[in-house]
Amino acid sequence: MNCKGVIRELSSYIDGDLDLAMKQELEKHLGHCEDCTMIVDQTKKTVEILCDSEPVALPSDVHTRLHEALRRRMKEKPN
Amino acid sequence: MTSTDEKGTRFGGPTTLSTPNPHRVPSSVAGADEHLLVAAAKAGDTAAFEELVNRYERKIFRLTMNITGNREDAEDAMQDAFLKSYTHLQSFQGDSRFYTWLVRIAANEALMRLRKRRPNQFSLDEPIEGEDDMMPREIEDWGPSPEQRYAQTEMQEILNEVIEKLEPNFRTVFILRDVAELSTEETAQALGISVPAVKSRLLRARLSLRQKLDRYFRKGELN
Repeated sequence: MNCKGVIRELSSYIDGDLDLAMKQELEKHLGHCEDCTMIVDQTKKTVEILCDSEPVALPSDVHTRLHEALRRRMKEKPN
Repeated sequence: MTSTDEKGTRFGGPTTLSTPNPHRVPSSVAGADEHLLVAAAKAGDTAAFEELVNRYERKIFRLTMNITGNREDAEDAMQDAFLKSYTHLQSFQGDSRFYTWLVRIAANEALMRLRKRRPNQFSLDEPIEGEDDMMPREIEDWGPSPEQRYAQTEMQEILNEVIEKLEPNFRTVFILRDVAELSTEETAQALGISVPAVKSRLLRARLSLRQKLDRYFRKGELN
């Protein structure tokens, strides 16, 4: 596998979706390619940071309007 | 109705993802008692439905905010998503998680507003996407924990900025797949595009986000 192949399979690799043969081929390339190793590590890190960031608190005015609208709907149409 | 936190720890820990993602911990989004709250809400317990809203409102607002990039649209989309999920709760069969169902409704509401506001910037078409421009250039070391060089609020601003700058077609797939934790198939279904298109856009989104974070994370860069 060459560098282009690593990039093509990058998402599947970090999601653990590659079959064993392909995974071994990719990791063999990583064993001698410093650039691809950094790209893989940095892309993993990118996904981790963005996925694990907690959503900020809902602004209180937005929360209030949402619950007011909901209660109005509940009165109009009880389940 | 007894409430639990978002981690669902009261009932024995978080649920697992429908698609395994070994690069991060399993999903903690859907608490283990979610189905009990849904059943109670279906039986007319409005407090149970409000508990579901309390549980997911921040995540849904982040989703609609990330897709629309506009606070007014994001609030409208979130509100309509919760109202629709309440109105149509009886038709929810429970063959997926309530959270997944809610995300799909919210994504549709957000996408509708995005298309209305920026009709030329978002399309469901699937252009042939070549690989030539995907190869990152000028790769430099980030060091072990680059995010720790920034205070939490500063880091949050950086993350919001890089997501906002992502091209809408890629951003939406990334948000649904990686942030809202839908599976590839669920993302494809929600957007009305093929599974290969989801995979291709997700790869491009991830590479592009890596590139955008690179300027903040390069080892030795001044903060």
